[in-house]
Amino acid sequence: MRRSTLIFLALLALSTAAVTVMAGGGLISTSFVKTLGMTLCLCLAAVAMDLVWGYAGILSLGHMAFFALGGYMIGMWLMWARTEAIVVQALSGQPLPPTAEEIRQGIGGQIFGVVGTSDIPWIWSFAHSLPLQLLLVVLVPGLLAAVFGWLAFRSRVTGVYLSILTQAMTLALALYLFQNDSGLRGNNGLSGLQNLPGVSAPQEVTALWLFWASALALAGGYLLAAWVVGGKFGSVIRAIRDDEQRVRFLGYPVEGFKLFVFTLTAVIAAIAGALYYPQAGIINPAEMMPIASIYLAVWVAIGGRGRLYGAVIGAAVVSLLSSWFTGGRAPSIPLGFYTIDWVDWWQVLLGLAFVLVTLLAPKGIGGLFR
Amino acid sequence: MRGLLPLLLALVLALPAHAQNVAAVLDVHRDQIEKPSRTSIGPVIDALAASGDPLAATVLAAWEDRRLGVLEDGTFVLTDGDAATSLEGQPVAGKATVLRPNAGVRGLIAGALVQFQLTDPDPAARVAAIDAIARNPSADHLPLVRAALEKSPDPALERLERLLTLRFDPDPAARVAAIESFGSSLSLDVRAALNPLLATARVATVDEPQGNIAREIPVSELGRVAAYDLLVQAGLAPARLTREAAQQALVAHIQNGQVAGIPVASLNTQDARDAAYSALEASGAVPPAATEDEVDAALASATFAEIYAEPEAQVTDAARAALRGIDAKVGAMQAADLAMDAVSLASIYFLAAIGLAITFGVMRVINMAHGEFIMMGAYTGYVVQQVVPNYTLSLVVALPLAFLVTFAAGVVLERLVIRHLYKRPLETLLATFGVSILLQQLAKNIFGTQARPLTAPDWLSGSLVINDVVAISWIRIAILVLALLFLGLYLFIMRRTRLGLEVRAVQQNPTMAASMGISPGRINMLAFGLGSGIAGIAGVAIGLFAQVTSEIGQQYIVQSFMTVVVGGVGSIFGTLAGAALIGFLQKGIEWLNPSNTLAAQTYMILFIIVFIQFRPRGIIALKGRAAGD
Amino acid sequence: MFDVKRIVAGAGLALAVSGAADAQIAPSGEPIKIGVLHSLSGTMAISETTLKDTVLMLVDQQNKAGGVLGRPLEAVVVDPASDWPLFAEKARELLTVSDVDVIFGAWTSVSRKSVLPVLEELNGLMFYPVQYEGEESSKNVFYTGAAPNQQAIPAVDYMMEELGVEKFALLGTDYVYPRTTNNILSAYLGDKGVATGDIFTNYTPFGQSDWSKIVADVVALGADGKQVGVISTINGDANIGFYKELAAAGVSAEDLPVIAFSVGEEELSGLDTTDLVGHLAAWNYFESADTPENEAFIDAWHAFTGDNSRVTNDPMEATMIGFKMWVQAAEKAGTTDVDAVRDAMYGQEVPNLTGGTARMLPNHHLTKPVLIGEIRDDGQFDIISQTEPVAGDAWTDFLPESAVLEADWQELDCGMYNTETKTCVQQKSNY
Repeated sequence: MRRSTLIFLALLALSTAAVTVMAGGGLISTSFVKTLGMTLCLCLAAVAMDLVWGYAGILSLGHMAFFALGGYMIGMWLMWARTEAIVVQALSGQPLPPTAEEIRQGIGGQIFGVVGTSDIPWIWSFAHSLPLQLLLVVLVPGLLAAVFGWLAFRSRVTGVYLSILTQAMTLALALYLFQNDSGLRGNNGLSGLQNLPGVSAPQEVTALWLFWASALALAGGYLLAAWVVGGKFGSVIRAIRDDEQRVRFLGYPVEGFKLFVFTLTAVIAAIAGALYYPQAGIINPAEMMPIASIYLAVWVAIGGRGRLYGAVIGAAVVSLLSSWFTGGRAPSIPLGFYTIDWVDWWQVLLGLAFVLVTLLAPKGIGGLFR
Repeated sequence: MRGLLPLLLALVLALPAHAQNVAAVLDVHRDQIEKPSRTSIGPVIDALAASGDPLAATVLAAWEDRRLGVLEDGTFVLTDGDAATSLEGQPVAGKATVLRPNAGVRGLIAGALVQFQLTDPDPAARVAAIDAIARNPSADHLPLVRAALEKSPDPALERLERLLTLRFDPDPAARVAAIESFGSSLSLDVRAALNPLLATARVATVDEPQGNIAREIPVSELGRVAAYDLLVQAGLAPARLTREAAQQALVAHIQNGQVAGIPVASLNTQDARDAAYSALEASGAVPPAATEDEVDAALASATFAEIYAEPEAQVTDAARAALRGIDAKVGAMQAADLAMDAVSLASIYFLAAIGLAITFGVMRVINMAHGEFIMMGAYTGYVVQQVVPNYTLSLVVALPLAFLVTFAAGVVLERLVIRHLYKRPLETLLATFGVSILLQQLAKNIFGTQARPLTAPDWLSGSLVINDVVAISWIRIAILVLALLFLGLYLFIMRRTRLGLEVRAVQQNPTMAASMGISPGRINMLAFGLGSGIAGIAGVAIGLFAQVTSEIGQQYIVQSFMTVVVGGVGSIFGTLAGAALIGFLQKGIEWLNPSNTLAAQTYMILFIIVFIQFRPRGIIALKGRAAGD
Repeated sequence: MFDVKRIVAGAGLALAVSGAADAQIAPSGEPIKIGVLHSLSGTMAISETTLKDTVLMLVDQQNKAGGVLGRPLEAVVVDPASDWPLFAEKARELLTVSDVDVIFGAWTSVSRKSVLPVLEELNGLMFYPVQYEGEESSKNVFYTGAAPNQQAIPAVDYMMEELGVEKFALLGTDYVYPRTTNNILSAYLGDKGVATGDIFTNYTPFGQSDWSKIVADVVALGADGKQVGVISTINGDANIGFYKELAAAGVSAEDLPVIAFSVGEEELSGLDTTDLVGHLAAWNYFESADTPENEAFIDAWHAFTGDNSRVTNDPMEATMIGFKMWVQAAEKAGTTDVDAVRDAMYGQEVPNLTGGTARMLPNHHLTKPVLIGEIRDDGQFDIISQTEPVAGDAWTDFLPESAVLEADWQELDCGMYNTETKTCVQQKSNY
């Protein structure tokens, strides 16, 4: 276990350095740096998913809700700060100096104009402050996970029921945010997040910064996860996964352990999301539709559950392959009577791969390394 | 007859002096007729109708039906497909451009045609005339209708006469009688005639309000701002100073970077700006703004009232009394309609979930591809309709065929995939999810991303109309019947057949069942096929009232799972209860917030999440051995 | 992409063979790359795939006609998969990796807002071909679809004047286009003296299929004796269930006219229209337009797709106009450089398929005629009203905060110019 962690960290450091050098030399494009950075964030979310499912046996189909919530929290500050700069600049041309209220109105009009209002909803109260909003990145998803988990575990909702319940949670949240008056710009979501306020460096540079931050976060998250599963705590949660009743009879507070893992992984996912969306540039409620969380579970399954590096491999391989196949770059296969166009057939292949991996390689790609 | 006579007489008498050729009238108004607008075409239609030419009715009717055309040389002709005839009916050569009056103009033409049609021997024409009047009633129609009524009594016409009397008769007593004659009728047209009588306008006066007063409004109800605005509108008080105006005044008085001695740079709060404005007021540079006290005094001296547009108090009283009775009935009927909608939605959810009740409820297999079986059923319906053009026949073919197709697909899925995963239930979720995206994409590749038409036969189109408030479409009733049918079928199979017995045996204890000579593999295969087959039939039903796309299954999958879970796994009545709960809940929330259907779905799911916390095993929880884990 | 290359190569070959007869010079040299940023998978594929094919057809035609500046065109097709972040990513890829000179793409407003920052950062050029809610003008986008004053406002005028509608039900899918359009319309109706109580709004999710209650609510609006009209901004598939329910409820166009802003020939191909005859749609183009240009366009489309039943629609016309304008501007500028092409774009004229010409305005919008069509039983529209070309207005005149704004990139070099304070609020867009 220890050795695999070291190997992983070394590989991560190596590839980060390689990407930096190649990006500096113009060998890989900024958009690919962004893709890689986002992939690292997805890997971190997959590590969280592996921790909660592969180790603790809780198949959550709602972890992307936490991921997206993290993105929303940081997105609020990014939008606010960017807009504030624009509004102050625009108002500085007026004969009277702007009042604080006028600036607020200006910001409200700019941000919420697309949803037909200029009132600033109360949930934006802290959006002007980066430290507070960073705190919310952790607090909001963490609290949601804690409350939801407490309710669910307390009522002994387990197995399939819990999966469906988490799915319902993420669906409810997505539908709520899809509403225009949810306060987070409805279906439009938050956009232009790639422009870091107050930073004049071009995207080539900021893309690298965010890439490094993502790599750092992945390394940190991986270490944390490895430490959690390495000790006695890890043994207990694995025991819960294998036989919850028996662990309970042995006197362990099963619910407490599960709640802790559920909340911890939600926070990790949220941090991953907070790093992901400034690279993606836009976040909207579609990001937390149940399908996203199912994909997350599938990545972990393909990579190999119960192995942290498996989760990383699964997320990286599947998401990079997806973007390659749908990018129009994969060569079509002419069969004479029919041409296989990957844009049309990639999903079919992907679906088939899920089935085959589940049936034939239950330990996933990561299992091949053992 | 006697009533009509003067009219005819007048027409006949007018003929020699004014009779004009319709063609000539058309020619004079050529521009307007070729590009008619509802707002300006009225006189032209009247001129045509009053031309006295016996062809007028024919020409107007043709114009309304878009059968009036213009040849290249400008001659007006009647068209029938590509053929054209002169207005008199002689065949004409040449290609005519058909005139296309819009619906508003056609309504006016229909209104003008009424005078010819009300006495038409053809009942269809009379019905058309009655419809035309009902759509655009006017005072002119009242004598025509009364004349026609005297000639030939007809209940529909009689009703129309009362509706027109209610609105247009000059005698208030006659109007009151007409209002009372309807009692508390639920009809939309009666309400549509009554409600405008009670239209009010808000007025503000300093003396006693004049006219048919509905009620006086206290300022507290209006709100200070709205009340003062009314006063300003009535010219009874000066407008209040707006923030923008104050700001403009400040900007106008900037001198050397100062306003009234206050530096501009310090005017970055509202308080500072107010202070600066007061300073300007004090120096007399700007007119003083109305103070709060002055506003209060102005409000106190004024009266606010709602005044009926209808001057006759006895008419408004009668209308109000009638509407009070109607409103109570309408409220009850709306509740009934909502309940029917809820039952219908519940039946749709139930039909979509009944297959899951078998595969998930009984076999504990999470089949994420269940939605795609619904989709396969819907597409089967579409394909059958392409081959069998008769909608009724195609439905008769499609329902069993959809069952067979999805039954086969279910059996294949069970044999190839699910069979290997009975020990790993969570992994069936992943594998079937793979199958789900595979099937969805295959459907896209085969049928394209366009929605495909699946049309219900004529006998299923339209609605069962109980009254003007309560109505439900036949297709929804059919789905309800289908859902009940499958409930019965499920109960019959599970409780009365060998297969059902074996399914229950295998579900409760596969090893024991196997040792009793039951083949668990075969039973699982058949049960899964059965569940999938019902999903296919649900797909045909859903496709008939909604859209057939590759994503149709996704719409129902989460709801279906929730239906089964909320109801209680393993019990068909639980599924029924779950569907009913979800259907009624959703409609109830929609009723509370009619402008946002999305909110209804959100709160419904939230409710389910909370509900499961308190009843983790659902509404109908199995106890003992049958409960499984 | 390989497909595209083959098409381009094939076109070149065909030209080489038939070139003499055409007296056209075969394009040669480094190809000019054109990015196509339309979803080919996911929920929006239903609408956007058609536009991808349209661009491919136009590229093919242009290459046969000698390319642009003597060079062949090459389309670079990517699939943003109806995933909004992916739009930004793919746009960056097109501009930096594939080095395209112009992009034709996006359908939903979210996808456009996702692409905007990338376009403005990298100074790209995009043509956006769909009717939208306005309230935007980017230096780097040309909007060839209708602004609200080219579709929604004339449609409402038509309902009020021609159909005598006094009470409005605004039904829409819950996203930005319906929301903003309905806001503008509510303000406009308020100006016209329609009371707020006479405007009913409802928003439904994408793909809504349970319409019975909403249709019942709308029918019940008629109870106060006013003529009710429905303005539908319901998107995509959900229309099918809506119209089926309308037909089932026996709501005829005479009693309760419905005018739709997002229902075209494509959407109607998914249902039987016999019960919908007489309901309306407002667009800048209908396939049934009777002009020689339209006939030629439809023929070319059928020939290109090899399917005579494929319908044409409004965004296809908008794509065509945008493409032809770009070609003309590039020829005029003598280069495909974005700044030079942008300057050359203003005042470019291309014949509409419905007659008249479309002209590019300094606010990056077009002049277009507004057409109102009545649904026929064959799934096509009877054009019953066609206005003179209307100039597209980026900032609506009916919302107080937008009324003072103006976009003019030619003279003022500003997309959000406050005419009261005479200042440019911002150069970049508010995404």
